[in-house]
Amino acid sequence: MTIEALATPLRIALVGNPNCGKTALFNLLTGARQKVANYAGVTVERKVGTTKLPNGRTVSIIDLPGAYSLTPATPDEQVTRDMVMGLRAGEAAPDAIVAVVDATNLPMNLRLVLELKRLGRPMIVSINMMDVARKRGLSIDVARLSAELGMPVVETVAVQSHGHAALLAQLERQASWPVPSQQVSQPSSHAELQPEVRRLLALAAPGAREFKRFNHRIDAVVMHPVWGLMLLAALLFLMFQAVFSWASVPMDAIEATMHALGKWVTTQMADGPLRSLLVDGVIAGAGGVLVFLPQILILFLFILILEDSGYLPRAAFLLDTLMGKVGLSGRAFIPLLSSFACAIPGIMAARTIPHWRDRLATIMIAPLMTCSARLPVYALLISVFVPARDVGWFNLQGLTLFGLYVAGVLSAMAVAWVLKHFRSGANYQPLMLELPPYRWPNLRNLAIGLRERAAIFLRRVGGIIFALTVLLWFLSSYPAAPEGAPGSPIQYSFAGQLGKALETVFAPIGFNWQISIALVPGLAAREVAVGALGTVYALSGSEDEVARSLHQVIGQTWSLATAYALIAWFVFAPQCLATLAVVRRETNSWRYPVLMAGYLFALAYAAAWVTFHVTTWLTG
Amino acid sequence: MPSRRLSDLPHGAVATVLAVTAGDHGAEPSTLNRLGELGFLPGEQVQVLRRGPGGREPIAVQIGETLFALRLIEAQCVEISLP
Repeated sequence: MTIEALATPLRIALVGNPNCGKTALFNLLTGARQKVANYAGVTVERKVGTTKLPNGRTVSIIDLPGAYSLTPATPDEQVTRDMVMGLRAGEAAPDAIVAVVDATNLPMNLRLVLELKRLGRPMIVSINMMDVARKRGLSIDVARLSAELGMPVVETVAVQSHGHAALLAQLERQASWPVPSQQVSQPSSHAELQPEVRRLLALAAPGAREFKRFNHRIDAVVMHPVWGLMLLAALLFLMFQAVFSWASVPMDAIEATMHALGKWVTTQMADGPLRSLLVDGVIAGAGGVLVFLPQILILFLFILILEDSGYLPRAAFLLDTLMGKVGLSGRAFIPLLSSFACAIPGIMAARTIPHWRDRLATIMIAPLMTCSARLPVYALLISVFVPARDVGWFNLQGLTLFGLYVAGVLSAMAVAWVLKHFRSGANYQPLMLELPPYRWPNLRNLAIGLRERAAIFLRRVGGIIFALTVLLWFLSSYPAAPEGAPGSPIQYSFAGQLGKALETVFAPIGFNWQISIALVPGLAAREVAVGALGTVYALSGSEDEVARSLHQVIGQTWSLATAYALIAWFVFAPQCLATLAVVRRETNSWRYPVLMAGYLFALAYAAAWVTFHVTTWLTG
Repeated sequence: MPSRRLSDLPHGAVATVLAVTAGDHGAEPSTLNRLGELGFLPGEQVQVLRRGPGGREPIAVQIGETLFALRLIEAQCVEISLP
């Protein structure tokens, strides 16, 4: 190979059926050399990473959403088709296609291989999960399959550290691949491909059709109408308990570090605007948000394990009828569960729903799933206003958090039910959801998933959250109070004036001007509300008040009714500009984001009003 | 050999797919196409394993070595024959 050829990176695309272990193979190939997506989740967009071949050539690898065929039924499959056929604007077709095939399900996967072959593009077949197939006695004659298909076929094991050696070796020989046959323009129906699939199987893997992939004994419990639903409830409950109880040690450590850092800066620097910016702005604001990293990672660990193990589609199976009653598809379960992490990947994951009306309903209610950005707000308020008592086996704080998540889910169901009555045409849509075999979650995949999540969160803390905190510190510090003016200086600042103005809107639901200020930067990122409260209170307090933590300050100055009203507000919390922007992009219209912001604001205001007045009445 | 629909197949019984046709509810062509792509093709064996809570739908159907959750609307598009 010439030097020039070695210098240009080879672009390959991984294409395969859903659940064939494609993303695991991508993770093995690229490891930490992945471009971290803005929003982690199920692959619904292409993902890019690089690897190096033994001969030194760089390969850029594109991971595409799983597809059953090149006739897309969903927007994510559309991405895959457009990419392999070179139809994406501004992006050439890849140099080669790597068709990833699940060795344990050749009858199904080979149809897509044959369909891809008809594109007439350079192609390798990578038979994945060979370890499982071999262990269970399925032999595949790779040489024969390669000869019959007229393209290289390699074996891979995506869950072993050198499971991709054969694929890398084959990519090195790319120049010597057979010239692809003439492109067949007529797309063939899958029924026409079936005789060829049967012929290939008879020659290369005669045992494939008798191979038993499933463990029906597990499904007898997991998909049982009673035990299955109980297991699902228990799993979700455990997840929310874990978020509170497992995270406390690392959170305390981060909090103590931030506190010590603030003190150290205070002693090292002379009093002045820069010290105030560092201590009151950066450390109290952005540092206050950083504390929630452990909780977010624990939440994600659960979601990743449920996803990797093949459990999620079973949960969708169990909930399909229930969700059908409010006009949703069982498929909406997966996007909605991702929305517990962040509504944005959830809304994007709604692309896996084929029918537009079903998809729209899912998008509209996704922000009601309590996202991880709301966790800092809940966590702060619960830890101050809910006693850490044990109730039976459980912790009252964990129970309260679980209750808030349930409140979000119930209101989402109610909104979906209302939307159903505004929809024209049939609500009843097909499901056609694959239930993959169970698999042990792979440690590498979990680690890469968590690393990606941590990177996204830290980038938010270091980027938008940091910038907003600094901006808020500035608005809260200037203009300075006139000489000898009574009260704390922040009341005379821009933020103080704005807060006072907003207070007229929010006073009926029990919010003081400090909360009103904090809600404004919370528009850009909900977590900032906590950091903003930290900054506002740090600046409004006298010297000895600064020494106290935000926990103590709000515990002493807020009434129970105000705290509960703020919690109720955040169950609906319309203020997330990024979510509204994604809704605009995914629905290609301004109508839906405006509608979403409007209905969420109305619900949030109403819920906070009721909570405030009921609590005042009960406690007063 | 009477022709029946997948939606009527009792639990555990194994049947053979005869054809995929728009059923009584007028399923869309894209649904029929997708069923074929998922492997509901003439000559393939299907088995209903279980039904969702409530005992009606969705139904868990095994076709070849793949398992799918189907609602009744698409299950009744699959014509089957019992041996």
